[in-house]
Amino acid sequence: MNINLTLFGQLVSFLFFVWFCKKFVWTAIINAMEERQKKIADGLDAADRASRDLELAQEKATERLKEAKQEAASILEQANKRANQIVGEAKEEARAEGDRLKAAAQAEIEQDVNRAKEELRKRGAVLALAGAEKILQANIDESANRTLVDKLAAEL
Amino acid sequence: MAGDTQQTGTEYIQHHLTNLTYGQHPENGWSFAHNAQEAAEMGFMAVNVDSLGWSFGLGVIFLLLFRWAAKRATTGVPSGWQNFVEMMVEFVDGVVKDSFHGRNPWIAPMALTIFVWVFLMNLMDLVPVDVIPWLMLQAGVHFQKIVPSTDPNITLGMALAVFGMIIYYSIKVKGIGGFLGELTLQPFSAKNPVVQAVFIPINLALELVGLLAKPFSLGLRLFGNMYAGEMIFILIAMMYSAGWVLGTFGGALQLGWAIFHILIITLQAFIFMVLTVVYLSMAHEDH
Repeated sequence: MNINLTLFGQLVSFLFFVWFCKKFVWTAIINAMEERQKKIADGLDAADRASRDLELAQEKATERLKEAKQEAASILEQANKRANQIVGEAKEEARAEGDRLKAAAQAEIEQDVNRAKEELRKRGAVLALAGAEKILQANIDESANRTLVDKLAAEL
Repeated sequence: MAGDTQQTGTEYIQHHLTNLTYGQHPENGWSFAHNAQEAAEMGFMAVNVDSLGWSFGLGVIFLLLFRWAAKRATTGVPSGWQNFVEMMVEFVDGVVKDSFHGRNPWIAPMALTIFVWVFLMNLMDLVPVDVIPWLMLQAGVHFQKIVPSTDPNITLGMALAVFGMIIYYSIKVKGIGGFLGELTLQPFSAKNPVVQAVFIPINLALELVGLLAKPFSLGLRLFGNMYAGEMIFILIAMMYSAGWVLGTFGGALQLGWAIFHILIITLQAFIFMVLTVVYLSMAHEDH
């Protein structure tokens, strides 16, 4: 319970310990802690940035996808249109060809009919002549009556 | 010693309250004191070897343990002991940031040193009072007080160091004139120079009392608390020699008091630290 030199012994030890603590303990620990704090903050920042980047990328991807879809749709539409066009053209062509063939056939038929008529007429003339020959009992000079016969045939 | 029928209660208590003192005795020269009276006769030129030894040893243990963590401190994930040390550092740093508004890199490590060191010194109070003195007695050492903070030399020594820092930083921050002005020009001041001249001695007396009260209250608060706690442990220990009924009761009391004491030793260490920080903060404040 006496106050003695212990007082100063403790005082000096105290100052020495404080010096030691500051120099070899406190600084190292507080630096490590601050550095870690910085590292964590940086990490969080990076994570934030990454998530923002991801969002942006997703947005871009969505946009691309939409564009691609639109493009595909337009291509499809064009193709359809073109196909319709081709089909239409083909139909038109087919119709035209059909018409042409029909016309040709009709023309041929007409020609045949005419030819037949001509033949008929000719035969009719011959028959008429033969009939007239029979009626007249005389041989009509064919060459002499050629004009008459032709005229008759034309009238048939 | 408990159970020693040769010893009366008073002697037992006195024995426990006597430091192992080495000093210059007027008759025996430099030697260990054989009893409390001899220690008193040595006056100022003596050292309480036990107090200083335990105190220094505990300080060294504190620094070695913390230095160990500081050396291996990484920015990675801390674990185990490093985790605990960082927790302490962060806690002390928080307290200092809350109450100290100046800029001084020494305050925080000093607060950490005070907190852990004083806590360790107080912690010795939880070692059963007879164990180490008995062991020492077997080794031929008669006196041993193992709780350094029950020695006023220890607590006042630290308080004196804090007081020195208060003076040093007051003068460093405010200048010698500023410090003297703080001591003499408040709390009473007047525009009239004559009235002011009357106020100066009054202010000086008031402020000096306030200033000197700081180290004394700081050191004596810790000493008083720990001394009283130690005394109660000693009184409880005396019950062990009074039959098995009282002895068992004493055991229960000791357990209860020890558990309660865990709170006191932590609280006292914390108060010592906070008051030091606050006093030094006041020293740094320029009006």
